[in-house]
Amino acid sequence: MIEIDRLCKRFGAIVAVDDVSFSVARGEVLGFLGPNGAGKSTAMKIVAGFLTPDSGRAAVCGLDVAEHPIEIKRRLGYMPEGAPSYNEMTPVTFLGFIASVRGFSGKEKRRAVDRAAEMTRLGEVLNQPIETLSRGYKRRVGLAQALLHDPEVLVLDEPTDGLDPNQKHEMRTLIRDMAPEKAILISTHILEEVGAVCTRAVIIARGRIVADGTPGELEARSPNHNAVFISAPAQTLRTLAPILRELDGVAEVAVGDNSLCARPREGCDIHDEIQVLVRQRNMLVSEIRLERGQLDDVFRAVTTGGALTGTAGAETAED
Amino acid sequence: MGVMGAVFRREFVTYFITPLAYVFIVIFLALAGTLTFFLGSFFDRGQADLQPFFAFHPWLYLLLVPAIAMRLWSEERKIGTIELLLTLPISTTQAVLAKFLAAWAFTAIALALTFPLWLTVNYLGEPDNGVILASYLGSLIMAGAYLAVGACFSALTSNQVIAFVLAALVCLIFSVGGTPIVLEFFTGWAPSGVIDTIASLSFMSNFRAIARGVIDVSALVYFASVIALFLFANVVLVDLYKAR
Repeated sequence: MIEIDRLCKRFGAIVAVDDVSFSVARGEVLGFLGPNGAGKSTAMKIVAGFLTPDSGRAAVCGLDVAEHPIEIKRRLGYMPEGAPSYNEMTPVTFLGFIASVRGFSGKEKRRAVDRAAEMTRLGEVLNQPIETLSRGYKRRVGLAQALLHDPEVLVLDEPTDGLDPNQKHEMRTLIRDMAPEKAILISTHILEEVGAVCTRAVIIARGRIVADGTPGELEARSPNHNAVFISAPAQTLRTLAPILRELDGVAEVAVGDNSLCARPREGCDIHDEIQVLVRQRNMLVSEIRLERGQLDDVFRAVTTGGALTGTAGAETAED
Repeated sequence: MGVMGAVFRREFVTYFITPLAYVFIVIFLALAGTLTFFLGSFFDRGQADLQPFFAFHPWLYLLLVPAIAMRLWSEERKIGTIELLLTLPISTTQAVLAKFLAAWAFTAIALALTFPLWLTVNYLGEPDNGVILASYLGSLIMAGAYLAVGACFSALTSNQVIAFVLAALVCLIFSVGGTPIVLEFFTGWAPSGVIDTIASLSFMSNFRAIARGVIDVSALVYFASVIALFLFANVVLVDLYKAR
């Protein structure tokens, strides 16, 4: 539904988007990740038809954004960064305006506005000027505007930024509920978001794609993926560490004050083996945990250009 | 209601949601009245017409119209709603036209509210109402020209004050183009053809023709061209902002 092919965009000397390609199919929620200023918003603005790319091609529903701008804007729901809206209007007049521009009138218009307001739970503030609303509500007004015409393709720039935990949860539930019938592209720099709503994640840094995969695949790229984490008194750890180092599947053992982290060789599962071993020797440990791998580590590694092993793992071991 | 209708209505209603409309109308009427009666010697002339009223319109518009126009695009750029507006199914040209027409309709209302002056001259004597109507129409189309300049400069910056000052400056140049202030700068070195052209490009001299009650086709074409030119520039500036 969304296809981006070798997109480039520069602002003066700054390269905002550099040779970015990806696609989003129906039923997919693609999380666009990256540090601030990585080029996420720029790429989304190009998809939404607001910015013109220097080179490359963006297509929505099979139509080229540059060639059919109006048709694409009709099919696409877009929430710009910061969810801007006309502050002096109330949500109901604002949504009414959007509905009119999108060609709704009369009963249909009222139904579309009601539906969008209900989905985003705007009920109690519908008649308050937008400038008096809290950040969470403003964001919901922005989302309601994007959903109003029930578009097949949704592009949401940082939909949960500035929301409190409850609102974030609601926003994610809403996005997940809509996901099966739509192609959704969301950007975020909050990593927990990816596991919570996305079926796929693309990490972008300095305008380039540095990782692309399902949240699981990305986690697997973490040095701590399938690592075993043990909490125990220092003495126990001192005896345990050399034994673990002898195991075939173990690549590395890092010992901290009261904890230990054993990283497996690629493709090895060491969790069960270690658990059996600890039980056989009647060792006193307070916790044995299997690490899925932190997306944070992967994110930090790929966006700062550092190696995937090293610092990230050591920090975890000292926790 | 079409796409342009929706944008037009939103823009138009916005003037009245904010205090801008009321402040503008009150100041416009107060200044129009003051200038007519005091500087224009409305009573002393002893003639039942609105010449002294219309004569000051270029000066009134010079100050006030950029104030209506300055928010048209600057505000959208500042708050970021320009991104929202231009990702709705509307072309840049449609958006530019709808916004311009809304501001123009608002100016028309302010102008129409000067009707007590018209009632006054009709009470005092027997003016040529045809001339007055022609002058009103001429004044409205001239206001459109000032507005188009203002809208264009509004699209240039996200700062409303800068938009206002630039628009007022360009409006001033257009207004006084036919007066000695500008012409004397060129006299002596520029060929007379150039000087005549500059003189004919002035809002004042073109408006004077209409205000006399003559529907001067060339003056109408002139104002229409100024409007078209600046709105075209407006579209280009908005598109450039997108392509930057």
